[in-house]
Amino acid sequence: MRALVVDDSRAMRRIVGRILTDAGFEVQEAGHGQEALDLLTEHDTPPDLACIDWNMPVMDGLEFVTEVRSRPEWRSITLMMVTTESEQSRIVRALAAGAHEYLIKPFTADALQEKLDLLGLVPLTAGDLA
Amino acid sequence: MSISRDAFNFVRELVHAESAIVLEPGKEYLVESRLLQLARQAGHDGVDGYVAHLSERRPSAGLRQVVEALTTNETSWFRDVDPFNTLKNTVFPALAANRTDRRLRVWAAACSSGQEPYSIAMTANDTPALAGWKVEILATDLSEEMLTKARAGEYSQLEVNRGMPASSLVRHFTRSGLNWRLNPAITQQVTFRQLNLVRPFPPMGRFDVVFLRNVLIYFDLPTKRDILRRVRQVMAPDGHLFLGAAEMTMGVDDAWERVPAGRSSVYRIREEQRACVPW
Ligand SMILES: C[S@@+](CC[C@H](N)C(=O)[O-])C[C@H]1O[C@@H](n2cnc3c(N)ncnc32)[C@H](O)[C@@H]1O
Repeated sequence: MRALVVDDSRAMRRIVGRILTDAGFEVQEAGHGQEALDLLTEHDTPPDLACIDWNMPVMDGLEFVTEVRSRPEWRSITLMMVTTESEQSRIVRALAAGAHEYLIKPFTADALQEKLDLLGLVPLTAGDLA
Repeated sequence: MSISRDAFNFVRELVHAESAIVLEPGKEYLVESRLLQLARQAGHDGVDGYVAHLSERRPSAGLRQVVEALTTNETSWFRDVDPFNTLKNTVFPALAANRTDRRLRVWAAACSSGQEPYSIAMTANDTPALAGWKVEILATDLSEEMLTKARAGEYSQLEVNRGMPASSLVRHFTRSGLNWRLNPAITQQVTFRQLNLVRPFPPMGRFDVVFLRNVLIYFDLPTKRDILRRVRQVMAPDGHLFLGAAEMTMGVDDAWERVPAGRSSVYRIREEQRACVPW
């Protein structure tokens, strides 16, 4: 499975990318929403997951989510906000715009993995091996 | 510095007698690291002196704290996801079709800090077949400290990050400073009570669903067998038991049968054994 990490902090992209790689994803990175849209346009097949920061230069995470949701060919992408924005109203706005999940920074690797479980994005689980 | 053999043996026997948890040799480091803070709070420099004091005086609060410090309270919301999908899509609808009094009773038998019983309450709320039903959840644990936290119904940002779907967070919680507080519609479905699984159960009626997850793993075989046998006695004949992902009844108490459900399994009392259970 493939994931796109959209965050203006390189350190953050590395952390999220590392956890996703360990979970079995192939990871691409973008530094803001516009760069992420460009990457999506270049590829024929969209990624399975995008992890998106809220506050970024050029195009923020909410605009990116809104843009992705308006394009039928990108409907299969699961969108998860990963941000320090923690007010209840923000979460409501992101979900209304079409985000599927919302993870608040700081978080542990377990927390990100549990979100993947919730979203059914588990490349291989213990259950499959049993 | 490391813990003396006498101190380790005392703690090991105490924990086994009080909670049935087995601390294998080799867990000295765990015992020492978990007890060091308690020892310092009680005015001792190290664990050995503190344990010597406990074994001479046997203060009940101190002994209880030692047992609680050595239990693992790790938990998360909707832990493993799948059991809660099974509860919503299979178990609750099946029970709803079998009951006329619009009432179900659930027991979360090692509830830690409350994430499990509250996840069950949210799941019941989201089950269309249970609209207008009364779902009572009894949540018990050995640890008073965990129960106090669970009753408060308030969780840190880091805690709600662990497995809580964003849609449930905004629907069932209210922001309270830096924390999140569960809404009364959820908390009022859950009653918390202290209960040691190793001791005879107090009178508590019958349950349609029992969650006994991620606790049997800490016990030896005779203890597991005894607990599973006694759980049968508080179970409705058509009740469902949920165990942790690494736990099973097979070879422990074969009066249970495993029913595959989603990626996980649930357990039911075998048909021929149900008659033995006075209803
Ligand atoms: C790892 S937690 C599991 C919590 C939850 N059931 C879950 O699956 O996430 C284990 C819990 O079992 C409790 N426990 C340990 N020994 C017990 C006993 N003898 N009786 C009742 N609870 C016990 C501990 O206090 C702890 O909260």
